Amino acid sequence: MSATAGTVERVDLAATALRDLNQRLHDQAKAAEPIGHWQILNPSGAHALACGLDAPIEVEIMGHAGYYCAGMNKRATVTVHGNAGVGLAENIMSGVVRVTGNTSQAAAATGRGGLVIVEGDASARCGISLKGADIVVRGSVGHMSAFMAQTGRMVVLGDAGDALGDSIYEARIYVRGAVKSLGADCIEKELRGEHRDEVAELLAAAGVEGVDPGEFRRYGSARKLYTFHVDNAGSY
Amino acid sequence: MCGIVGLFAKTDDVQVRLGAHLTSMLLEMNDRGPDSAGVAFYREPAPAGGSKLTLHHPDLGYEWAALAADAAAQFGGEPSAHRRENHAVVVVAAPADEAEAWVGRSHPEVRLMSAGGVIEIYKEVGLPRVFAERFGVAELDGSHALGHTRMATESRVTTDGSHPFSTGLDLCLVHNGSLSNHNRVRKDLRREGIVFRTENDSEVAAGYLMWRMREGATLDQALEGCLEDLDGFYTFAVGTADGFAVLRDPIACKPAVLAETDEWVAMASEYRAIATLPGAEGARIWEPEPATVYSWQREGVAA
Repeated sequence: MSATAGTVERVDLAATALRDLNQRLHDQAKAAEPIGHWQILNPSGAHALACGLDAPIEVEIMGHAGYYCAGMNKRATVTVHGNAGVGLAENIMSGVVRVTGNTSQAAAATGRGGLVIVEGDASARCGISLKGADIVVRGSVGHMSAFMAQTGRMVVLGDAGDALGDSIYEARIYVRGAVKSLGADCIEKELRGEHRDEVAELLAAAGVEGVDPGEFRRYGSARKLYTFHVDNAGSY
Repeated sequence: MCGIVGLFAKTDDVQVRLGAHLTSMLLEMNDRGPDSAGVAFYREPAPAGGSKLTLHHPDLGYEWAALAADAAAQFGGEPSAHRRENHAVVVVAAPADEAEAWVGRSHPEVRLMSAGGVIEIYKEVGLPRVFAERFGVAELDGSHALGHTRMATESRVTTDGSHPFSTGLDLCLVHNGSLSNHNRVRKDLRREGIVFRTENDSEVAAGYLMWRMREGATLDQALEGCLEDLDGFYTFAVGTADGFAVLRDPIACKPAVLAETDEWVAMASEYRAIATLPGAEGARIWEPEPATVYSWQREGVAA
């Protein structure tokens, strides 16, 4: 990390324009000595907070974030101490995005890498079109989560809503609670040793302790839908 | 985009400060709907046997006292008109449906915003921030209230095209979203005698609810009918004399957050509007499920 580790750069959004803050955060990507630790005060649900970061820095948002917080994140660790709105960590590439409260729909949508942790509930379409990122939700996820998820992993400690994993490709879903219904071509699969290891690894990465990976059930693609077969035409 | 806020008071303290709380919520939704704004407040019940009308006339100098005197001459009672900007609440010593019919006949120059025993609707074009200040929304008390900020998509920006829409006595609707079959539904509803003033899609949803309830449906049944008969995206919030209800379409693309404490129940397009309320940090917070009717009523009041 940077030479300035240990000091905290505090930015008060009650006094600083959001664009100025985001610009300063973007500038860390090419800074010789990036500022390693940031705290954003009075976020008040502002949209597009800490988007497009590309530096190994830590950004703490001290309150509620609006839409598209930490979108396209690369390398940075972003923590929202509160709730986040629609599209948290959309298209995350790497790094870690954590929300201590709840998040609205489409969390980690199209995420390609990195880890998204939701300590409360995520709502509808969590992990929609997931492309390689990992998601750990301590609460529940809403309807249509992991819709068309291509690759990556989603671990849900609570329940999942309707149509989980609809039209899923090769992403892997682990749910500890009840699944209201499975979407088209999504089926329950056997939880083998390597899957328990995978869940254990993701729980550890998310800082979740005292949960037995054996309590989860695994869901994934039946692989009947995404390779077109004329017998399945009615299912599309 | 559009923004919706709603607040239902469970304590006297929140009732007294309802307008101040709702204003804080509405201002957070300013940027979601800079074209127009409106609120519906449920407050100061009309005396038994009487009703109150919220009326609009664009001229700030309109003689509301004269209209109130006409009403008193027609129905008896003391003339009562309270102007708030270009709106006025007129208390009439007659049931709301009679009062509404009378004002339509004898004062066609004014527009009816709402009719009932407790509802008051105020709405106007312009920035929500400016609207709230002009109309002194923060001064209003009440048992519950809804607010809306509009970003127009389907029709012109006018006072009539602003939300909330009255959907019958003491009922109103606010909408975030867009309906795709509103022209067809409007045509059908006109055949049923429902009157529309604009080309607005949300007014069609309001007219639909009005029609269903006129035909005997409960509010919950009428809302469930929306799932069958209205095509498009919507989060609806409906105000009733005793509470409010929330419905999202089966896809639920349009946002809604609900929160509840021992003091209040709140609904908003985004959490940041709820974050302005006292005790929001400890509230139970969730996003309403798609195609599910949520409703709250004052305790001890029949549905």
